[in-house]
Amino acid sequence: MKKLIHWAAPLAASLALTLGAGTATAQVTVKWMHIELNPNIANYYKQAVADFEAKNPGVKVQIQVLENEAYKAKLTTLLQSADKPHIIYSWGGGVLQSQVKAGVLQDIDAAMKGDWAAAMSPGAIDAFSANGRVWGAPMLMSQVGFYYNKALFAKAGVDANAIKTWEQYLAAVKKLKDAGITPIIAGGADKWPLHFYWTHLALRIGGKPAFEAAQKGEAGGFAGDTFVKAGERFKELVALQPFQNGFLASTAPQAYGQFGDGKGAMTLMGNWLYNSQKSNAADKKGLSDDAMGWFAFPSIPGGKGDPKETLGGINGWLVTKGAPKEAVDFLKFLTRPEAQREMAANGFFIPVAKGADQGMTNPFLKINAVNLAASPYHQIFYDQMLGPSVGRVVNDVSTDLAAGSTSPKEAADAIEQARKN
Amino acid sequence: MPTLMQRLRAAWNGLGGTLPTVLLFLPPALLVFTIFVVLPVGEAAWYSLFRWDGFGRPTDFVGLRNYTDLFASRVFGIALKNNVLIIVVSLLVQLPLALAMALILAERIPGAPAFRMIFFLPYILAEIAAGLIWRFVYDGDYGLIASIAQFFGATAPHVLADPQYAEAAILSVIVWKYFGFHMMLYIAGLQAIDSDLYAAARVDGATRWQVLWRIKLPLLKPTLKLSVFFAILGSFQLFDLVMPMTRGGPSDSTQTMVSFLYSHGITRTRIGFGSAIGVVLFLLCVLFAVFYKRKVMRDD
Repeated sequence: MKKLIHWAAPLAASLALTLGAGTATAQVTVKWMHIELNPNIANYYKQAVADFEAKNPGVKVQIQVLENEAYKAKLTTLLQSADKPHIIYSWGGGVLQSQVKAGVLQDIDAAMKGDWAAAMSPGAIDAFSANGRVWGAPMLMSQVGFYYNKALFAKAGVDANAIKTWEQYLAAVKKLKDAGITPIIAGGADKWPLHFYWTHLALRIGGKPAFEAAQKGEAGGFAGDTFVKAGERFKELVALQPFQNGFLASTAPQAYGQFGDGKGAMTLMGNWLYNSQKSNAADKKGLSDDAMGWFAFPSIPGGKGDPKETLGGINGWLVTKGAPKEAVDFLKFLTRPEAQREMAANGFFIPVAKGADQGMTNPFLKINAVNLAASPYHQIFYDQMLGPSVGRVVNDVSTDLAAGSTSPKEAADAIEQARKN
Repeated sequence: MPTLMQRLRAAWNGLGGTLPTVLLFLPPALLVFTIFVVLPVGEAAWYSLFRWDGFGRPTDFVGLRNYTDLFASRVFGIALKNNVLIIVVSLLVQLPLALAMALILAERIPGAPAFRMIFFLPYILAEIAAGLIWRFVYDGDYGLIASIAQFFGATAPHVLADPQYAEAAILSVIVWKYFGFHMMLYIAGLQAIDSDLYAAARVDGATRWQVLWRIKLPLLKPTLKLSVFFAILGSFQLFDLVMPMTRGGPSDSTQTMVSFLYSHGITRTRIGFGSAIGVVLFLLCVLFAVFYKRKVMRDD
């Protein structure tokens, strides 16, 4: 008995101490889930958490990380669990709307009003609004365009700066092909890299009005003229067999690497390619700034879309229902203009805070930032904008078009069918 | 002749012997079966009548529309056809190969245990890992096949990127992965055969061929039936080998029922539609299992 007391006493004391210490330092825990695998950005996030915790004693921010595709697949279930994260990553669009409808989010309308909202571009806040309220804080945006390998273009005698129309683009592809160079690298197994072609063509052909009408089911919806034509134009490119051998089995990261290794002359991708082609290249260096160039998606003669219109994303963070108010505080801290300026200066991405692009040094991100600032309409990725039930169909039929297993008409009909469902 | 009393007592004793066992052992098993099998199946059947994205409770009742959509879907036809193809290849290629190997390796010949182990190894490997390995093997740029082709100065095909070859590539991996399992079943069955039968056959002057057809195969019949049962049910459920290799692509040419359920039901957040696929798959499996147990495995 004496022995028992002998060791029980210190145990009880230490237990009391830990419990006491626990309640004294962290009253609130904010759970933040992000999908960032780039070590530089992930480390920056960790530092942001440390800074926030230092300024706000009693608040602890717990980071959880999932990979992009895994995150999308899990999110629906995750949001209905009692243990859901308080802050989640979002691409806005249809997915956001269905989350709002399901009542799993908490609006941050009141907190947003004032200086927080004033510091951001109104279009970005729009992308995170639904039912007349703001549901999240946008942080970054992106633009899709052609990245090209300068050496391979020179070898084939193609001038990238002269490519302004779709016909000129097709001619360039032919010239590259004739020179024995793989014109385009695409990650067809992931499907969404190929949906950029079809959606960007639709944007050039029909512009903003065509997309908005289709969403409402007007003018034949997505089975309408614009979208059948987008498929036909895409077919013109596919007929030249421009993609690398086996592109249908290539994932997006594999394709980034192939482009970085110089296996093909160009790739249509968002601005994250700048970093991804380096990290996925065989030598981990990829193409240097001097070896790579960028040009915008060409225009379609007679198309209603303004060639200055852009395709890309506006991404940010949402607050889930039942989150402590400290979650909103942290979000405000994370997306404050100074932080966005810093992230932009580090070359992580293009910020949505007004003027935050000023400190940008990366030449490629700068081009995109200028384009985005001048863009009369920024088309959010179809697969996010339309939500998974329609968006995934867009990805599927774009890939089927590239594989030659469907016709432009069938492709457009399949999307409209999914929209009606 | 036992008297009536004796018979009653025997019956009572019999019941007294089993009743506590029943009361003690049935509820846990029944509970687990109900919670993890009956309820989810019932839930899936219920969800399949709704248009539902997985958020909250399903409210948009659509009757049997998910089922009519399903049967009108081109991809459902492809998936079903692929599942049938997998069954056919399992029965016509995989099982005969497993049987031939078992007949050789069940003998006491030097090296037999080592070969048994080698052929069984793919079965132990996790499906995802095996799929990723074969993805590399088939890769037209850096894979094993590409290296062999380059050695002979040819360009390798991108097998998994070609709708014509992708399914065949997956089928050969299935044979490679699972024939070892069936071979082990057969070896166990062969070794359970009484060696006196072989000795008697030798005395009677039977040829090896006669021993095979008159002794080994007939006595292996229960094992064969069981292995066919596993092969067919396993073919219906094939999923985790397809995902790392092709994810059902290119252009849905390698979808199976379950990968179709995943890509068109879950990733498109059409949980009602996905549930309808699940229900159809479940019914197919149950119908097959009941039929097979009743008709084929009746005597075992």
